[in-house]
Amino acid sequence: MRKRSADARISRGRLALYQALLVGTLFAFWYLMTEPILISEASAKNTAFFFGRPLQVIKVVIEWFVGGKIYPHLAITLWETLLAFAIGSVLGLTIGLWLALAPTASAIAEPYITAFNAMPRVILAPIFAVWFGLGVLSKVALGVTLVFFIVFFNVYQGVKEVSPVVLANARMLGASKRQLLRYIYLPSATSWVFSSLHTSVGMAFVGAVVGEYLGSARGVGYLILQAEGVFDINTVIAGILVLTLFALLLDFAVTKIEARLLVWRPKAAEAAEL
Amino acid sequence: MTAALAFDHVSCAFAERNGGGRYIAVKDTSFAVAPGEFVSVVGPTGCGKSTLLNVAAGLLAPSAGRVLVDGAPLAAINSRAGYMFQSEALMPWRSALANVIAGLEFRHMAREESAARARDWLRRVGLTGFEDRYPHQLSGGMRKRVALAQTLILDPQMLLMDEPFSALDIQTRQLMENELLELWSADRKSVLFITHDLEEAIALSDRVIVLSAAPETHPLGEFGIDLPRPRDVAEIRMSPRFVELHEAIWRVLKSEVLKGYAQAKR
Repeated sequence: MRKRSADARISRGRLALYQALLVGTLFAFWYLMTEPILISEASAKNTAFFFGRPLQVIKVVIEWFVGGKIYPHLAITLWETLLAFAIGSVLGLTIGLWLALAPTASAIAEPYITAFNAMPRVILAPIFAVWFGLGVLSKVALGVTLVFFIVFFNVYQGVKEVSPVVLANARMLGASKRQLLRYIYLPSATSWVFSSLHTSVGMAFVGAVVGEYLGSARGVGYLILQAEGVFDINTVIAGILVLTLFALLLDFAVTKIEARLLVWRPKAAEAAEL
Repeated sequence: MTAALAFDHVSCAFAERNGGGRYIAVKDTSFAVAPGEFVSVVGPTGCGKSTLLNVAAGLLAPSAGRVLVDGAPLAAINSRAGYMFQSEALMPWRSALANVIAGLEFRHMAREESAARARDWLRRVGLTGFEDRYPHQLSGGMRKRVALAQTLILDPQMLLMDEPFSALDIQTRQLMENELLELWSADRKSVLFITHDLEEAIALSDRVIVLSAAPETHPLGEFGIDLPRPRDVAEIRMSPRFVELHEAIWRVLKSEVLKGYAQAKR
């Protein structure tokens, strides 16, 4: 059955048209305000200094991809994102499971975890730069601190909310303590990790880019930092565009993976197929 | 003959949620289930029936008294019992087949053999073709069948059943009850069946035990059910003996149900 939401009132084609119109109007406005067509040459130069010129931005993006200059930087950013996500998830999963199953340890650690989570972790970036240098590691470390808490809290909650009946049933079926951990707590906790996949991958990406921006020798964040240093606003915006596109691709990939991994989850209104 | 399961002066108290006092759910209960016997326990809603079953399963330690399994006091999980829960107990992240396999997996049985046995059990509960479905893709009745197969595949000596069919509609329920009787008559396990439905209790059992209303629940009476087997749960309800038994037990149960109802209203 089709969902009765906005797209039931506006057809898909029209929706796409309006969406394209919106972004087109924005670009047209941007173009007109930064080129000497409607406004004087002097003021156009002035606005272009602050906002860049759309055609120039697109040119930079195309040059990056055609010339191949962007790929090593993108690869570095992607690598940092994946590492931060993987390490942060494993740490969050392990410590989340442990604390959720050990009430005493969790009671001791609780105030510190709350404090650490409340702290704006981006300010750790300079410290990480000192500890791990300007390479990949310092960005991964920053990403890990961001990802860890999302996964940690999800796993913690997930373990606390394991159905007591499912647990009792597994015990009656003869599961030992270790088997309960492996066959009940772990799958139930990982399902919570997967459901926070979008947020945690996004946070790993933020960690990588912010880390690069604060000090690095490679990566898309580094490109933006360099361009900003010479007031090359076109390149800065081009960098932002590439990052946005990349984040969208990443999100799309996560959606695909999620659909594979969570097949057992009931969807909102799924009719059983015959 | 040693009883398969015996409650020996069992009492269960819980700390009251609003501090201080103790709530005595079950008080000084003694009864036994003989090997191969099908015993039902009926009582008003909220009278501590499930507490009794959890004690028999070893999931809950009694505050006083003890439980004997084949004459030996129960100290840990009752490994000779299979337990069918009232609410959903299947692992939602496992397919029907993987759920049925679970118990064998916990016992480290080889993959192929356990899968073959699980397929056979799914066939016996009428679920061939549904092996790869996840619990949410199955109907309530199908999920109960999977749970039944999951329990029976381990061939437990006794079955503990906690209103297993109460969430099903009446037709599905009668079908499941008949299937249960058929499976039970094949190898006569001891069964302790908890229900609030007197008709269900009489139709299935060899003996019915009536519990008093909460708190301090204890057995009020026992009734032998001398209806012939094999039975059809839908048809047996029409027989005159069934009606007689029902009347006799209901006389005892009625006042307790009213008490329980009055308490629930308060």
